[in-house]
Amino acid sequence: MDSLVAAFLALLRRDLMLAFRHRGELANPLIFFLMIVTLYPLGVSPDVNLLRQIAPGVIWIAALLAALFSLENLFRTDFDDGSLEQLLLSPQPLPILVIAKVLAHWLVSGLPMVLLAPLLGLLLSMPATAVKVLVASLAIGTPLLSLIGAVGVALTVGLRRGGLLLTLLILPLYIPVLIFATSAVSAAAAGLPVAGQLYLLAALLALGVTLAPFAVAAALRISLS
Amino acid sequence: MWTFLHKFASPKHFYRIAGKMIPWLAALTVLFMVAGLYFGLFVAPPDYQQGESYRIMFIHVPSAWMSLFVYVFMAVAAAIHLIWNIKLADVMASSSAVLGASFTFLALATGSLWGKPMWGAWWVWDARLTSELILLFLYLGYIALVAAIDDKRAAGRAGGVLILVGVVNIPIIHYSVEWWNTLHQGPTVTKFDKPSIHLSMLLPLLLMAAAFQFYFFTLVLMRARTEVLERERRSAWVEELLG
Repeated sequence: MDSLVAAFLALLRRDLMLAFRHRGELANPLIFFLMIVTLYPLGVSPDVNLLRQIAPGVIWIAALLAALFSLENLFRTDFDDGSLEQLLLSPQPLPILVIAKVLAHWLVSGLPMVLLAPLLGLLLSMPATAVKVLVASLAIGTPLLSLIGAVGVALTVGLRRGGLLLTLLILPLYIPVLIFATSAVSAAAAGLPVAGQLYLLAALLALGVTLAPFAVAAALRISLS
Repeated sequence: MWTFLHKFASPKHFYRIAGKMIPWLAALTVLFMVAGLYFGLFVAPPDYQQGESYRIMFIHVPSAWMSLFVYVFMAVAAAIHLIWNIKLADVMASSSAVLGASFTFLALATGSLWGKPMWGAWWVWDARLTSELILLFLYLGYIALVAAIDDKRAAGRAGGVLILVGVVNIPIIHYSVEWWNTLHQGPTVTKFDKPSIHLSMLLPLLLMAAAFQFYFFTLVLMRARTEVLERERRSAWVEELLG
């Protein structure tokens, strides 16, 4: 048991350290997130009422895409330098190690998006109550995006041109998250209760944490066999 | 029973047995389809509200049923393949994908043709239509993944994992979409209550559903036979068979 905890923490530390040694890349998903949101007022209309109405969907779709593109690197460098194979050979259960990797990835890509969200809410002139719910929905939803996405990344890691394929595999599976999250934010903006939607998101997260690591582990073994 | 299943699972015997089953299944398909179309197009009375155009239902509803059935069939085959490592199960799953996608597309296309005169629009963001569209995306994702991996065995296993993830997600997607729709949908699309269907319309519907099932199994066995030949092309029995 102790060795498992040690392995989990070691992997988490290693991934976080690797991420911070490449600080420049850390900002990329965030800038992408910000840019997508900026395109909407330019492309649709700068009208405040309209923006307020579409803001939850805009921010969440931007988060979805940013999560998707940042995920590509989840196993890529490990695959290229062979450390992914070492991970598979380790005596520790692979699903637990997968959780460590996904957690590290979420800490450096998902969490910053959660923190940036209030700013985007302001840009799209969302009411303060809705901004709070937006942050809550992102806090529950982005780990789920990382977990579901990890399955797709694990399936495509061995492929040279996996990027676009990853999008095809994963986006349909993101739809429930998008629906529950945006409807929570819209309900908050309209002054309605939002507990139901957030609970459903949390239930999906619980399901994702329990099932996705096994699917990721199985997919990794296939990709590297 | 078990010996039969074991024999059936070996590619050589499967090739032979499937070859014998295909003509029978094809005959059943034709029989049921002719009967279903006859009862559907000539015997069943026109609908009191929709007139003659409801008859597209006899194609639309069976294809929609098949689109779900094929996905579940693929999921069962994928599970068998991943758990017991039976190669034939993977052949079945990968041979079904294109058929399932076609049934899904057929359901969407016929629904759209029916929707234009009935709802006044080719497409509405109705819950069922949206779920069916997402199902099509899931099929296309599977097909794209299997096509992208060169090694056939790895492709089958990776596709199997994807199908199993998808089958867990389908109910979630379905209910989330249904819920989204009830929140957003205004009264623009009137959803008239379904009257309990009359026997004269139910009979052709069931006949057509059976015909579609037989059609699917005919085609899937034909595709699987080709696939088996291709995968086993280095083995002795194929070389003997093809000279």
